[in-house]
Amino acid sequence: MELWYTEDHTDSVKFSIKVKKQLYSRESPFQQIDVFDSEEFGRFLTLDGLMMATEKDEFIYHDMIVHVPMAVKPDIKKVLVIGAGDGGTVRELTRYDSIEKIDMVEIDKMVVEVCKEYMPQTAEKLDDPRVTLYFEDGLRFVRSKENEYDLVIVDSTDPIGPGEGLFTKEFYGNCYKALNDEGILVNQHESPYYKEYANAMKRAHKRIRELFPICKVYQAHIPTYPSGHWLFGFASKKLDPIDGLDTKRWNALGIKTKYYNTDLHKGSFALPNYVKEMIDYENK
Amino acid sequence: MDKLKHEVAPIHDALIDYKNNRMVSFDVPGHKQGKGNIMLRNFLGEKCLSVDVNSMRPLDNLNHPTSVIKDAEDLAADAFKSDKAFFMVNGTSSAVQTMIMCACKESEKIIMPRNVHRSAISAIILNGAIPVYVSPGINKELGIPLGMSIKDLEKAIMENPDAKAVFVNNPTYYGICSDLKGIIELAHKHNMLVLADEAHGTHFYFGENLPPAAMHLGADMSAVSVHKTGGSLTQSSLLLASTKRLNPGYIRTIINLTQTTSGSYLLLSSLDIARKNLALNGRDIFARVLELSDYARKEINSIDGYYAFSEEIINGDSTYAFDRTKLSVNTLNIGLAGIEVYDILRDDYSIQLEFGDLANFLAIISVGDSYFAIERLVSALAEIKRTHKKNKADMIDHEYISPIVKTSPKTAFFANKKKTKIIDSIGKISGESIMCYPPGIPILAPGEMITKDSVDYILYSKEKGCLVTGMEDMELGHINVLDI
Repeated sequence: MELWYTEDHTDSVKFSIKVKKQLYSRESPFQQIDVFDSEEFGRFLTLDGLMMATEKDEFIYHDMIVHVPMAVKPDIKKVLVIGAGDGGTVRELTRYDSIEKIDMVEIDKMVVEVCKEYMPQTAEKLDDPRVTLYFEDGLRFVRSKENEYDLVIVDSTDPIGPGEGLFTKEFYGNCYKALNDEGILVNQHESPYYKEYANAMKRAHKRIRELFPICKVYQAHIPTYPSGHWLFGFASKKLDPIDGLDTKRWNALGIKTKYYNTDLHKGSFALPNYVKEMIDYENK
Repeated sequence: MDKLKHEVAPIHDALIDYKNNRMVSFDVPGHKQGKGNIMLRNFLGEKCLSVDVNSMRPLDNLNHPTSVIKDAEDLAADAFKSDKAFFMVNGTSSAVQTMIMCACKESEKIIMPRNVHRSAISAIILNGAIPVYVSPGINKELGIPLGMSIKDLEKAIMENPDAKAVFVNNPTYYGICSDLKGIIELAHKHNMLVLADEAHGTHFYFGENLPPAAMHLGADMSAVSVHKTGGSLTQSSLLLASTKRLNPGYIRTIINLTQTTSGSYLLLSSLDIARKNLALNGRDIFARVLELSDYARKEINSIDGYYAFSEEIINGDSTYAFDRTKLSVNTLNIGLAGIEVYDILRDDYSIQLEFGDLANFLAIISVGDSYFAIERLVSALAEIKRTHKKNKADMIDHEYISPIVKTSPKTAFFANKKKTKIIDSIGKISGESIMCYPPGIPILAPGEMITKDSVDYILYSKEKGCLVTGMEDMELGHINVLDI
């Protein structure tokens, strides 16, 4: 008998991983949560059947969503993380001694509990004393915050389902308000390749751009995400992600990474022409 | 209510049987289950078009129901705890018109609050009844019309003991209810019928901790927009009636005067299915709706500057009860008109509200909503305040002007009119219906004497930037008066 996990990347494209064993399967009040074990990617978490993180390639996503903003502003002290139930983003953040406080807001408590038990590789630092977990809607949490954070990381699911509110103008506006004068917003920015993802990406980008004076996009290659070509958004009130990069200072921290380095940092902001056109890059 | 018998849905079930029989149709509609209009079929779906059918024996006939439509109407009557229920496919407007035409004939009087829906005015234009208006109070702080006070109604009854009926909104658009129990007792004591416009009150029949439903308090008829908060398709509605003072056969005759003879089975089946759902799950559904709207109010009120009002505005008289499922929000303290917030929400945030006026906006919370949607609304409001806030806008002072009805609205409607300068119109009879928002109460209606007070009020409202509607001359310099 063969057991395969399959995700529809489009109506006519499928992506499959051969499964050794299904470790967990339950429906939370918000979504269907599954954890599988596989030969090729190790353990992996899916929400509503969509790939979230695998043990083998999660380092790429988590390196890029955390170390890019941290290298631009290495003295960040207070961080708000929205989503990120698997814990990988918090794990990378806890590697910075300068960070004093991490508030993580995940709507689905069950995701965190499941990852603590079945995905310890990503969830291992969720108990760090600097981390406070809030189980509520990110949109609601951020609404009451003003001038409070140096960095907001939006590590969300796709804009269909519980993550929908995290792609709206009202959410980005409230994030702007929650950030201080030098604040940075980094978000999971979907993929430019398949049409449905590209549309979500364009909408998100347009909305952020209306609010933040600096708004750039950078990319990474993530093998298990649709098309493999994934984008992140970097928006800030003051700091430019390339001019503001202090290579020496970040390298002096001695943080050992598997994907990120400061050369890649600069290169990741160099976008293919079709992506530039999509987001009207030159006009910003 | 016996829940077991509400498990069935006779019209729905008959349509399923009809489909399973795979009939060859040589009757209307001509699209023949959509085969004759492929674009329409692709757009609305094959399932939908396959039951867009004509009256036939197994499916009964809306104009003279004897089988499945009658059964469905009987079930609806049971669910709403009313003697009779009539399925309406020409909107709640047609239910309102039926009520008024059942209650009074040409030149007979009907007592109604000044802020009745236009369908009630249409009805008296059609049948020649004479309106006797009662002032709805105005909440000056919020700029909204309220309900009828018992004292005002009593005065109208004493002055017009020959009136045939009292018409009452339960609730108003903003969720305000009058003392309906007191009104019904008073009207019945004087041999007047009580007609309730419950276009916004379907949920009163099923939910708990809501204002009472008119038929439960002994009203004679009620028009209920099941499509508004009950989940049926737009334009489908119910007319409820008590047989104590009314003959159901006569009601059916009046309905058939204006109702289509091609009643839509899409609308009829949606009423049938909505009734089943409301009867079986209504209590839980509206408990959740209340939870959502109370939560939304709490969150909106925690953003300084918005005022989402609730039961605290109850004054024991013109605001006797408040429908907490209505999320009405006053925006004056952030310096924006309700209509401005309404526009910004739609254009910039893709959030569509029910309506906005100068001082307030209204969001309808229903069975279809979730906490996620509420969070979006609240967050967008917080953002609008951050990015658009202005100095506090002043509410203008509204006074109620008692109309002087000179001719019936029917006479006025069909009479010849002439254009007159507004300042020269005092003493003449208005040929137009003039309304000012806020508070959404008519200043003049056709057939009413134009007074100095009404002219002053129109000019004052215009100067203050209120939305004045109904006049042919958009500049408000001229008014059409009766040429008699």
